[in-house]
Amino acid sequence: MLYAILCYHDENFVGSWSREEDAAVMEKLKAVHGKLAEAGRLGSVARLLPTTAATTLRKDSEPPVVIDGPFAETKEQLLGFYVVECEDLDGALDVARDLGRANPGGAYEIRPIGLFMPGTMQP
Amino acid sequence: MTDLAWIETAITAARPQAIGALLRYFRDLDTAEEAFQNACLRALKSWPQNGPPRDAAAWLIMVGRNVAIDDLRRGKKQQPLPDDAAISDLDDAEDAIAERLDGSHYRDDILRLLFICCHPELPPTQQIALALRIVSGLTVPQIARAFLVSDAAMEQRITRAKAKVARAGVPFESPGAVERAERLGAVAAMIYLVFNEGYSAAGETAGVRAPLCEEAIRLARLLLRLFPSEPEIMGLTALMLLQQARAPARFDAGGEIVLLEDQNRGLWNATMIAEGLALIDKAMRHRRTGAYQIQAAIAALHARAPRYEDTDWAQIDLLYGSLEILQPSPVITLNRAVAVAKLRGPEAALAMIEPLEARLGSYFHYFGAKGALLLQQGRGDEARVAFDRAIALARTPAEASHIRMHLDRLMQESEAAGRASA
Repeated sequence: MLYAILCYHDENFVGSWSREEDAAVMEKLKAVHGKLAEAGRLGSVARLLPTTAATTLRKDSEPPVVIDGPFAETKEQLLGFYVVECEDLDGALDVARDLGRANPGGAYEIRPIGLFMPGTMQP
Repeated sequence: MTDLAWIETAITAARPQAIGALLRYFRDLDTAEEAFQNACLRALKSWPQNGPPRDAAAWLIMVGRNVAIDDLRRGKKQQPLPDDAAISDLDDAEDAIAERLDGSHYRDDILRLLFICCHPELPPTQQIALALRIVSGLTVPQIARAFLVSDAAMEQRITRAKAKVARAGVPFESPGAVERAERLGAVAAMIYLVFNEGYSAAGETAGVRAPLCEEAIRLARLLLRLFPSEPEIMGLTALMLLQQARAPARFDAGGEIVLLEDQNRGLWNATMIAEGLALIDKAMRHRRTGAYQIQAAIAALHARAPRYEDTDWAQIDLLYGSLEILQPSPVITLNRAVAVAKLRGPEAALAMIEPLEARLGSYFHYFGAKGALLLQQGRGDEARVAFDRAIALARTPAEASHIRMHLDRLMQESEAAGRASA
């Protein structure tokens, strides 16, 4: 069975790290990634850019509404995620609209990825 | 990370919100700052034992308020307690403890705090110093080092700024839409000043001033979280990220300036570029152009070019053209001339910048650019005159030595030419 591990942390806190502190954390994480990869247990790893770069597509209206900022409605939960390659934000919004037509209601938060390590594991 | 490092990071992150709320409550910068300091001292005692609070900012606000009110009560014997109206909002003191400051209060507190620091009556150097002290929590010696002045001079500068703010009276009601837009503009300008203070440093001063750039980016991100749909704030943040991404390639090991065309693009920070590009991309969708967005778009074109030869000069020329309309300035025309030189040759560029000489007669970059254009046309003697002017106007040793390199090359060429003709 595969598990998705979604990373939550206080962005204010992480954002106040200096470059050296950030690099030190990443270095420690790399060691953990390395161990998992060696054992063939590592899938995709992604670090999202800050929520300031986020855009949200609300699907509950027609046409869907695009708003700046992250999706912050707490009564809805994160149920899955996609990693797609797009030219720009408009391209990503097109994909989200297509997905939204197939799966209406709720919202998609579109966040550029800062680091992406494709793995080898199949579900 | 040790306990202490964790606490320091949490306090830094919570600082703007906590100071902002304490300032709304006490309406005095010194009292708010002291209340916050006291709360931090208690945090250092309490958090390692009891674990970190769920919401560090709320904890610091609550403790800061209580300590300061106790102090005021204790001082009552010597001096009368200010009346309720002066301390303000006493009614919500208890509510506020549980209060998870709602979005609009939180926004207005931080915006007000930033706005106070860029009070229009303060000269820019005092605005920056005050913001770094009050909002960022840098110590006076840290700020003094960044500005290359003595601790005592910086202490005086900050004290003077605080006194001026106190005299000017600070509006504490929530700003209206128009006022908020004005405040945002002033705050954005102040943040960009902080950035430029760090970015324009070179050589020996680069190390001590570099943190200013990171602090400016941190403040811009804070502003962007509060106002996530302001395209100019996105533009400003993108601009600073894209410029800062090039920092590792801007100087060589000897501290000499490395021009954009010679920079090792592999040293550019890819993560910062990705974030900057995502932000400017998002800003452009709003179709509400502003000066920061245009400058960020220019920086984005440089960042996107895999090699210097791939730079889209035509697009850069167009962007500078719209910047000239939006915000006419001879410096912008000078920058545009660089793109024009690439597109239509040095002659066209010289024709553009020559009328600017009266206004840019004391600007280092004007004579540096003029000399380079003259050199491209093979007018070595005139180039030498321009380069000499540039050296006289250089503000840093790195700037001067960069121009000297041009002059040395000129000298070698003329010697070689002399030998050839002899």
